[in-house]
Amino acid sequence: MRRRKLFSIVAAAALLVGIAAGCKKEDDSDTIKIGGLAPLTGDVSQYGIAVNNAVKMAVKEINDNGGILGKQIEYICLDEKGDPDEAVKAYRKLVENEKIVALLGDVTSKPTEAVAQKAKLDNMPMITASGTAESITLVGENVFRACFIDPYQGQLMASYASKKLGAKTAAILYDTSDTYSTGIADAFEDAAKDLGMTITDKEGYTEGNTDFSSQLTKIRASNPDVLMLPVYYSDVALIAVQAKNQGITSKLLGADGWDGVLNQIAESDADAIANAYFCSQYSASSDDPDLQAFLSEYKETYNLEANMFAVLGYDTMYILANAIEKAGSTDSDAIINALKETNYDGLTGTTTFDENRNPVRQAVITSFDGYSYKVVENYSMD
Amino acid sequence: MEFIEQVLNGLGQGSIFALVALGYSMVYGIVQLINFAHGDIIMVGGYTAFVTFITFGMPLWLAVIISILVCAAVGLIIERVAYHRLIVHNAARISLLITALGVSIFLQNLFMLIFGAEPKHISTLFPMETIKLGNTELSSNTILNIVVSVIMMIGLQLLVNKTKIGKAMQASSEDAGAAKLMGINTNQVVAFTFMVGSALAAVGAILYCNTYSQIKPTMGNFLGLKAFVAAVLGGIGSIPGAMLGGYIIGIADSLTKAYVSSTLNDAVVFGILILMLSVKPTGIMGGDRREKV
Repeated sequence: MRRRKLFSIVAAAALLVGIAAGCKKEDDSDTIKIGGLAPLTGDVSQYGIAVNNAVKMAVKEINDNGGILGKQIEYICLDEKGDPDEAVKAYRKLVENEKIVALLGDVTSKPTEAVAQKAKLDNMPMITASGTAESITLVGENVFRACFIDPYQGQLMASYASKKLGAKTAAILYDTSDTYSTGIADAFEDAAKDLGMTITDKEGYTEGNTDFSSQLTKIRASNPDVLMLPVYYSDVALIAVQAKNQGITSKLLGADGWDGVLNQIAESDADAIANAYFCSQYSASSDDPDLQAFLSEYKETYNLEANMFAVLGYDTMYILANAIEKAGSTDSDAIINALKETNYDGLTGTTTFDENRNPVRQAVITSFDGYSYKVVENYSMD
Repeated sequence: MEFIEQVLNGLGQGSIFALVALGYSMVYGIVQLINFAHGDIIMVGGYTAFVTFITFGMPLWLAVIISILVCAAVGLIIERVAYHRLIVHNAARISLLITALGVSIFLQNLFMLIFGAEPKHISTLFPMETIKLGNTELSSNTILNIVVSVIMMIGLQLLVNKTKIGKAMQASSEDAGAAKLMGINTNQVVAFTFMVGSALAAVGAILYCNTYSQIKPTMGNFLGLKAFVAAVLGGIGSIPGAMLGGYIIGIADSLTKAYVSSTLNDAVVFGILILMLSVKPTGIMGGDRREKV
């Protein structure tokens, strides 16, 4: 009996010490902690790894140039495997254990939105490099993004198909279980109809399916001018090759999820995407010296080709660092206000934010030339 | 015309389900084990084809043979290492089932460690022109899948009915105890069954790679599950039943996508399973066994 009592006193004391330690203010730390969330393993790891690599490069450069507010940036990135639940858990870890002042993340739309819901409650300044679902920044005033939103890309591609490719009919094949895909598909459909195009088919599929022959047979029967595939690169590769095997000759259209598709398609199947156009946010063949310097340094550091996610990740870190510098403190509201006034000239062009904290910028239309990407032109809807 | 094409689309993917379903069915027939690791054997076959054909650039025929041999070997190893002792000691069937799930998770994670979780692309193995019949265009892969699966089933039927080991398999399936008393080495029969089932899965893997040109460590999950539905539908333990089940599931999947809703296909496939289990649990061609799954 006595022993047990003693034990509970000790346990209670230990608990109190623990709470006290947890409450300790860390204002006097000599680094500025910025949290990162990215899928470093799993199906969409290609995106997460690219963003994370580029952010680390930006952090190193900023720190080598004296850091921000006279302190060094400490960037702590956790792997969330592309899963919303894992992302929220990782976010809690960053806030509670690491006491981050701002969050750069997440990478794909679903986990980013889940984290945004939590970040809003903490008033945590948050900027995603690549989360494209429109709803993400609508969660709260503290949430920003550096990439285009899904509906914007859908509208842009509809406009491009109608005005530049002269398309009169279009079909859509999209992943109904993914907000990125449905966001673009719906916006494309609406915009295409407004432009006087006919949507011959709007076919869906759910995650995990690899056979698209039934949908493609239907689409082939109506022989549309363009086939919009607002899905991620690994599904793009699957669908494009099956479409080729079915004898579909429509021009394929896509959004920025296509970036990286050449890593998923064999050279002998490259003719499947010979007649495809997708919008992205920068062009690797631009003559901008900063961009070229970044691309070659990235390749040198990681022995990988930098993709759009890397470029966006790099710009995002600079946007965030500039905002903290301008805010003059690590106070959440100060950082959020500074982010709103961003006017940053980076690798993707000049970025400002609109009233929903989405970037305002031109898009690049990319196509393919054999087994490599080919920039067609810069395009904006108006 | 489109209807016929959609049926053929269904038969094309159904052929792959059927080849995987054969493995489920054969193993169940002999040891009453639902080998949930069987779907992952397809994945092993896919990666073997990838390594031999793409990484080492071997000729296609050699890549196919090596994939079949590797899968048969993996099937044998799994049987020896994971199931053998349980089977010999007549362990509860639930223990076997859980072991099978464990093997499945182990294989997936092993391949994720070796090759990474990122999908790998594999170029079309048998590049062929689209076949034109009037105004109908047929993916030649579809025809290839159907032809290969039918040949495999006929081969398997001959093996089971005409050879000594095949008859031993039938005997062991009928009554393992009695077969043993008649001098049949049932251990050997079990090992052989696993090897044949896995070799068929390798053929399925080759067709899968050729049709979808993409492999990933978790590709066996969904495929295995649908093939399992096919095996149960056709009557688990029955070879023609597994084939029939595979085709029916493939066609149901395809027609649902084409004429009902392109996102309801999984609901329909698993709905068929539930319906079948409540109406005739032994499946379309299943015998009147008294054991229950």
